[in-house]
Amino acid sequence: MKYVFQFGIVWDHLPQLLHGAWLTIRLSTGAFALGFVIAMLLAFLRTAGPRPLRAGIAAYVEFIRNTPFLVQLFIIYFSLPAIGLRMEAVTAALVGMSLNFSGYATEIIRSGIEAVPRSQIEAGYSLGFTRLQIFRHVIVFPALRTVYPALASQFVLLMLGSSVVAAISAEELTAITNTLQSTTFRAFEFYFVATGLYLLMTIGMRLLLHAIYWAIFERSRPAERAWSR
Amino acid sequence: MSRDFEWPEFLFLLGALRWTIVLSLIAFVGGGVGGLVLAIARTSSHAILRWLAATYIGVMQGTPVLMQLFLAYYGLAVLTGIRIDPWPAVTLAFTMYAAAFLGEIWRGAILAIPRQQWEAAAAIPLAPAAQLRYVILPQAFRIAIPPTVGFLVQLIKGTSIASIIGFVELTRAGQLIVNVTFQPMVVYPLIAVLYFALCWPISLAALRLERRIDAALGIKQHP
Repeated sequence: MKYVFQFGIVWDHLPQLLHGAWLTIRLSTGAFALGFVIAMLLAFLRTAGPRPLRAGIAAYVEFIRNTPFLVQLFIIYFSLPAIGLRMEAVTAALVGMSLNFSGYATEIIRSGIEAVPRSQIEAGYSLGFTRLQIFRHVIVFPALRTVYPALASQFVLLMLGSSVVAAISAEELTAITNTLQSTTFRAFEFYFVATGLYLLMTIGMRLLLHAIYWAIFERSRPAERAWSR
Repeated sequence: MSRDFEWPEFLFLLGALRWTIVLSLIAFVGGGVGGLVLAIARTSSHAILRWLAATYIGVMQGTPVLMQLFLAYYGLAVLTGIRIDPWPAVTLAFTMYAAAFLGEIWRGAILAIPRQQWEAAAAIPLAPAAQLRYVILPQAFRIAIPPTVGFLVQLIKGTSIASIIGFVELTRAGQLIVNVTFQPMVVYPLIAVLYFALCWPISLAALRLERRIDAALGIKQHP
């Protein structure tokens, strides 16, 4: 065995890798934002909507959670054009990631909603709140605080899972790495560095998510503050 | 002249589903052994062991499984000097991946056992290894069953990624069939249905086991 590792060439292409990493971050945060909005809506309807709709949402969630993301991506990118729905690779990646995330997030948020004590909801009704008002003013904040760690882990999984969109050639970090290694024949070195970049992004995102939790839920606890005033 | 999607094509997909199952089971069993070692190391009293296991788990859970797959594939090629077939790389990568996740799940289960159980076992007196073997692990095992079964679903879905380096399991077989039939509208949804048929019963079983064990442990259920 005579293989000499050469990381210099990876260093030369670092700007391209970072460019890919930046798309990974944009795709992940974009899919998080879109998926979160969808999931909030679905979680509300899943717990308070009409019965057939609840069943439909449950089926959607089970489908997303029991099929591979890669296959969902193939359906969006390769199958949908057959019925006239054609998308760019990056758009398809964003749509696929958003829908995938929404499936997991719906279930996570639902568990948070169900953990809100019933007495608080009844207090809302006795104040004459509508369902939507109760959701908005009584349920959302504590429910999201309860499930924040689970949502944060799911976000990291979303970002790591985004490497799979290279399979439909959306030019994020993994796809860029694939291209670079095939032209330089330094596969191991490139994948090693790209893996390191993913690890850095994971650590960075975890720190950021901690900071966001602190800013939203710890710094200002309206209820406790009102109580101890 | 393209082929239609008919029985032979469907049977080809079913045949490939077998490799999805085989790969998942190998990784699950191999990862189970590795995960047990990791969980014990992660909860041991030796700081270095704890740190090593934590680092391994942190790296594996902090990087994409696709990258781990590429590294295993090209890493083995570098070691052996030849471009190898995907089998060893795929089984190695998914086993290491499963070990990290199972190790973390089981660490949680071991930590969930009250400290008094260790103390009682020490008072009998059992040696530390025997405390773990006869008192802690049997109880931790019970708590760990539902998330372990749940992880199996994650693993089965994850093996679809092996298609990207050319390992012919269900997803790759679907791509091959699409290439000859030009019917992605039929094939990919069907692939999804096949995965669903495999994974959903396991998910339901995990949920059921969780409810039963929670009930046995007296944990209150939400409706």
